[in-house]
Amino acid sequence: MSHATHMRALTLRLDDEYFAFEAEGVREILDLVPVTEVPNASPFAAGLINVRGRVVPLADLRVAFGMRQAAHTPDTRIVVVEAEIEGEQTVVGLLADKVYDVTDIENAAIEDAPKVGMRWRADYVRGIGKRNGQFIIIPHLQRILEQAGRRSGSHGHNEGASK
Amino acid sequence: MSNDPTDTFRQEAAELLEQLEQGLLDLGQTPEDSDLVNSVFRALHTIKGSGAMFGFTEVAEFVHNFETAFDRVRKGVAPVSPALVTIALAAKDHIHGLIHDPVSVGDAGDTLLADLAIVVDGGVVPVAEAVGEAAAAMTTAASRDGVVRWRIRFFLPSDALVHGTNPVLLLGEITALGKAEVTLIADRVPTLEEMDPERSYLGWQIDLEHDDPRPALDDVFLFLMDGMELSCEKLEDTRAAQTAVAVPLPALPATAAQEGAEATAPVAGRAPADTERADAKQASGAAASSLRVPAERLDELMDRVGELVIAQARLTQLAALSADSSLKSVAEELERLSSGLRDTTMGIRMVPIGSLFSRFRRLIHDLSNDLGKDIEFLTSGEETELDKTMIERLADPLVHLIRNSVDHGLESADKRLASGKPARGTVRLGAVYAGAEVTISVTDDGAGLNTARIRQKAEENGLITPDTRLTDSELHQLIFAPGFSTAKEVTALSGRGVGMDVVKKTIEGLRGKIHLTSTPGKGTTITLRLPLTLAIIEGMLVRVGTGRYAIPLSAVEECVELPATALTASRGRNFLDIRGSLVPFISLRDVFGTSGERDPFQKVVIVSSGGGRVGLVVDQIIGNTQAVIKQLSKLHADLPNFSGATILGDGTVALILDTARLVDAGQGTDLQQGKAA
Repeated sequence: MSHATHMRALTLRLDDEYFAFEAEGVREILDLVPVTEVPNASPFAAGLINVRGRVVPLADLRVAFGMRQAAHTPDTRIVVVEAEIEGEQTVVGLLADKVYDVTDIENAAIEDAPKVGMRWRADYVRGIGKRNGQFIIIPHLQRILEQAGRRSGSHGHNEGASK
Repeated sequence: MSNDPTDTFRQEAAELLEQLEQGLLDLGQTPEDSDLVNSVFRALHTIKGSGAMFGFTEVAEFVHNFETAFDRVRKGVAPVSPALVTIALAAKDHIHGLIHDPVSVGDAGDTLLADLAIVVDGGVVPVAEAVGEAAAAMTTAASRDGVVRWRIRFFLPSDALVHGTNPVLLLGEITALGKAEVTLIADRVPTLEEMDPERSYLGWQIDLEHDDPRPALDDVFLFLMDGMELSCEKLEDTRAAQTAVAVPLPALPATAAQEGAEATAPVAGRAPADTERADAKQASGAAASSLRVPAERLDELMDRVGELVIAQARLTQLAALSADSSLKSVAEELERLSSGLRDTTMGIRMVPIGSLFSRFRRLIHDLSNDLGKDIEFLTSGEETELDKTMIERLADPLVHLIRNSVDHGLESADKRLASGKPARGTVRLGAVYAGAEVTISVTDDGAGLNTARIRQKAEENGLITPDTRLTDSELHQLIFAPGFSTAKEVTALSGRGVGMDVVKKTIEGLRGKIHLTSTPGKGTTITLRLPLTLAIIEGMLVRVGTGRYAIPLSAVEECVELPATALTASRGRNFLDIRGSLVPFISLRDVFGTSGERDPFQKVVIVSSGGGRVGLVVDQIIGNTQAVIKQLSKLHADLPNFSGATILGDGTVALILDTARLVDAGQGTDLQQGKAA
């Protein structure tokens, strides 16, 4: 987003909210594949999938944004993105209720996340864009993966409570 | 890999120093072996030559003096003594220091050379003599029957300039040999259009006053012999001494050795130039038959093969469901090919363990000197091959085990004689294949473990209570407990209280096992059992609820059916009676929080790790599987029960259980319950 006047983004829907991910980080979009449940893992990253011979964790952003769980539908997709988690380049699958398209969002139309008045942790949101009169959340993926993923196992639930 | 030529030298020097060290250690065993003396001399000579070439003048100077002293040994003037070997080893370390960290080694070299000179008799080592060029030592060896003039003509290989050769330096080295007259041969320089500025077109003719410059020329052109044109003839009698010096590089050290045998030996064969060149080609062909490849590329290859194996397993599964016989035959063919490819790929990563063993000879030599114990070090099974990563990670644990054997295991010579043993102690290091595993053992013929002292120490450390009843074997395993050390005093070598527990952790981290047996008065044997490779394991596939999990087969001892009463018997005290011994068991359904009904007939997989055993209760045992191990991402790194994941034949992911950790957990609940009871 630095020098360009717009952000090339993949838009998708989770629950009733629209999200935009930088298209550059997206590797592929998959139909739902068999998910292996990881016992004792945090609900945020409760599964593993096979992406072309790689074992890839499947993360559910609904958990990070405190949305209610919903059953998978024919529209459900897995967006495979590449992100850095604690300095390690990692391929992660993200569940999406529906994937729309790749679009350009004008930088001018992206605003910083308001510090108050949001239902979600402000540090999970990098900015809020607007498109066709709809608000689009641009999530801070790296931070979400590093923080929400850490709530698995022995670290317990104090992460969310401290905020 | 870097293109810095000094890196190349460092790498080469490391190998040569290794060769030097092995040669010296062998000489310690068989001092009369002249082949060994020559091999040591060759190593020194090559280090000197390339050191000078790459600008490591201090190295070249030191090695030159080292070599001069050692030349007396080679000529049979000075005998090979243990003292000589020790000083020469120290000098070898000094060379290593000079190459890698010349600032910190200081001027220890002078002392070493002085010592060396004393040892080789009479202090004749010319410490102060400067080495302008690598050839000095060789030329002084040649006879001096008056001034002879030689005509040297040479053209460099056409790519020499690209590779950083500076002809001016080469000419400098040659003209330093004696009175010289240099003429440029420029008749091969093409017209400007055809000229490639990176190629070398020039030749030089040098008329040199010298007794016999040929050995010196070998040194000057050491790295250019392949592909260069070089002629060297005596000016007085051109027909008789028509000598083409075109020595292929690998043969060069042999030339130096030959020289030692007869001082006037010819440098190279007198065959016509074209056959010479064919020889050179052949030699470089032989050199190319082994190849250095960065380890990451092998890892990448292994990954790809792993993916292929998975894809092939899927195809086999599909073919099994199909009635199409041609599909079946293709699937079978592919299965055969991919398993062959897998074996070959794993084979590429295999390195003989001898490369590791040889390092320990120096360790034993030093320990022997430091502790004043006479030690015989015997190795066997050097040809046994293990995964490269495995060998690297084994080095530290083995150093520790060998130190322990020498320091704690072997008694002093007096004590040994008193108990009717030879004064010289023996440490054996052996490797042998055992199925899909390799067994490595460290054996000493020392006093054996002192069970009374172990018991006392364990009680002091609170590891056991005075009323704990343990067999000798169980007591022995206590030395693997964290913070345990029985040495009466802390020596420089061992007994710092860290050690065996770290060794055990490292071995288990490699999915290996460590076992110790000890007989009082007879000695101790520590056995390591290790899988051949880290990348693929044989797994047992089990089902818990709807999830499938792989258990490393090497950890599985047996499978039994869970008696229907066992789960309900008493809460928290879960033991199975396996042929008279109580084995704690944990239900994986409970550990994983699996929902749904239990299968009516629960199975127990008994796994062992580091002497402990635990039963894992599962719903179903599915069968064996080849598991290509995939690391879990950071998102799942903090989950304790899994060591990785693998992809099954149907394309789904299965988690691999961390048996060592589960055994610990099982034993842990056992202990807690024991205390509570």
